[in-house]
Amino acid sequence: MATRVKESRARHRRLDLSDDDLLAMYRMMVTARLCDEAQFRLNRQGKAPFVVPVSGHEGCQVATAWALRRGHDYFVPYYRDMAVCLTAGLTPHDVFLGVFGKRDDPSSGGRQMPAHWSARRLNIVTGSSPIATQIPHAAGIAYAIKYRGADAVVASWFGDGATSEGDWHEGLNFSGIHRLPVVWVCENNRYAISVPLSKQMAVEHVSERASAYGFPGETVDGNDVLACHEAMKRAVDRARNGDGPTLLECMTYRFHPHTSDDDDRTYRSREEVEEAKRNDPILLFGNHLKQQGLLDDERVEALRAECKTLVDQEVDRAWNAPDPEPESVMRHVFAETGAEDGDEDLESHGTEAVPAEPPRADRAEEEEGDGR
Amino acid sequence: MTEKNVVQTIHDTLQEEMQADDRVLVLGEDVGARGGVFRVTAGFLEEFGEMRVIDTPLAESSIVGVAIGMAMHGLLPVAEIQFADFIHPAFDQIVSEAARIRYRSNGDWSCPMVIRAPWGGGVHGALYHSQSIEAFYGHVPGIKVVVPSTPYDAKGMLRAAIRDPDPVLYLEHKKTYRLIKGKVPDEPYEVPIGVADVKREGEDLTVVTYGLMLHLCLEAAERLQQEEGLSAEVVDVRTIAPLDKATILDSVRKTAKAMVVYEDNRTYGAGAEIAATIAEELMFELDGPIVRFGGPDIPAMPFATPLEHQYMPDTGRIYEKMRELARF
Repeated sequence: MATRVKESRARHRRLDLSDDDLLAMYRMMVTARLCDEAQFRLNRQGKAPFVVPVSGHEGCQVATAWALRRGHDYFVPYYRDMAVCLTAGLTPHDVFLGVFGKRDDPSSGGRQMPAHWSARRLNIVTGSSPIATQIPHAAGIAYAIKYRGADAVVASWFGDGATSEGDWHEGLNFSGIHRLPVVWVCENNRYAISVPLSKQMAVEHVSERASAYGFPGETVDGNDVLACHEAMKRAVDRARNGDGPTLLECMTYRFHPHTSDDDDRTYRSREEVEEAKRNDPILLFGNHLKQQGLLDDERVEALRAECKTLVDQEVDRAWNAPDPEPESVMRHVFAETGAEDGDEDLESHGTEAVPAEPPRADRAEEEEGDGR
Repeated sequence: MTEKNVVQTIHDTLQEEMQADDRVLVLGEDVGARGGVFRVTAGFLEEFGEMRVIDTPLAESSIVGVAIGMAMHGLLPVAEIQFADFIHPAFDQIVSEAARIRYRSNGDWSCPMVIRAPWGGGVHGALYHSQSIEAFYGHVPGIKVVVPSTPYDAKGMLRAAIRDPDPVLYLEHKKTYRLIKGKVPDEPYEVPIGVADVKREGEDLTVVTYGLMLHLCLEAAERLQQEEGLSAEVVDVRTIAPLDKATILDSVRKTAKAMVVYEDNRTYGAGAEIAATIAEELMFELDGPIVRFGGPDIPAMPFATPLEHQYMPDTGRIYEKMRELARF
């Protein structure tokens, strides 16, 4: 046992993850899960018309986003990526401002459905509902980074269904031709709403498609946080070193229906869902941390209670936040000249400063100092 | 001042803009070694290199989509769609993405980019090399649609489009490319987007038009003056969206008669919006019906010469309709 713990610890140290990092990652996953539970509760209470669940995906989302430099690298997510965006710097408060469509929702000021993440100050790139449309954008941002000789990296996340879209093919192809600094992260949960993988593609793994674009593809267990992080870190390093894109496929599962408007009982059995929950990434990562002696049952409960208090507070605070002004519906169709909009604070849609947790900002500065 | 045709003017202007600002780059099919099928980017690859003159894969959606990403990271991409007819695969990227990025992010992100596309008929381009696409995009708030038709406007509006903080669809009528010549100032200048231009002053009726039709309307107006002593005012809208209603309405208020000429399919075309605007605002000041002259409602322009001629509004038919309205 002791040897195993040592080896395992060596594994995360090799990934430049401290014990505190692991605990912060775990906390981030738990926070996302609790935000998800809260938003579903609000939906059933009639307070949130539409929500997009993340539960089941927290492991691969936090693990992959953790390999990027917050505020420096680019995050090009899709709607399931609450935990990616929390890792990138959005807060639970931001999440619920979006859920309630509030004025200060950083993603869109209440214009988009919840989960259409965006925050320019955090390099979280605005997206839409049509699938895979963000893929060419990620390629274009990566091209611009290369053009400017900057060392930032772009990562774009998407589901397995997205890989059938023409834009997905076009974006990956372009990134391969120009060896762009981008990592393509597929969160493969085996269903595009109701359509299973077998009706989405004739190959076993999304990662196999990478060979058609001339860069490596890799499939990892999306519920194994360290495995995801390790693969992502490798891919990010490749991208930052000018070695081009990687397609990373994280095999995972979505515990809830596609959205609050979906009924997954029509296309998958309860047994299948329950079976998948045995590989809940939060459970598995928690067990790992217990093995490391970093957590025990009591601390897990305490941490969960602490996160729940915070999430509940943020729900209340967001619920009581101001709604958008009806007249503001006409704003931002085109650039505003400023003077005639004097009554509006153009900066008012921002959120608070980048939160201190997780301890990533410090790390980013260190990395910036290493002269790469 | 230098006498140039439209395509040479666009080439020179784009070249000057790229020389002046290294954030400007071009991407599209055959824009590199070939210099573009219409030669708009001829010599660019040699002058600016592969990083700024990107021969893209044959994939229109990502030509626009990649340009959007570049724009979001501070570059000023000029994407070329080889023929406007081929832009449809990029419809979603233009309508759902480029045009909405500012709005949907509540002003946080923006997408300053230009999409150039040669449009229009009269060149034996048939169904897939002749289309008018301005109405599709004129319907979409968040993207500006411009249709310069003279070398002077082509230069000033391309410069304005590249400097615009929002996406601009810059449509170049391909029959005007080499047919229309004019004096172009050598120094840089802008023609503002969203401002129409009275290309010919007159008293007896107003003709509102754009593209190749502008030149046919000017010819017809000249003939009307000479043969009938009737004077037509010709308004070149230059920008489809946002439409300069004031200039159009001022002219119609003066002449009390309005005709709209466009080569797109007549129904739901840009001319419908212009006619509706006039009807809405000037109903009781009109001395005649608003006349709309557009292409017939067939799927697209056919190839064979008699069929193509039957489709395209021509100077003779425009003249007849102008005379009829002037005499009404």
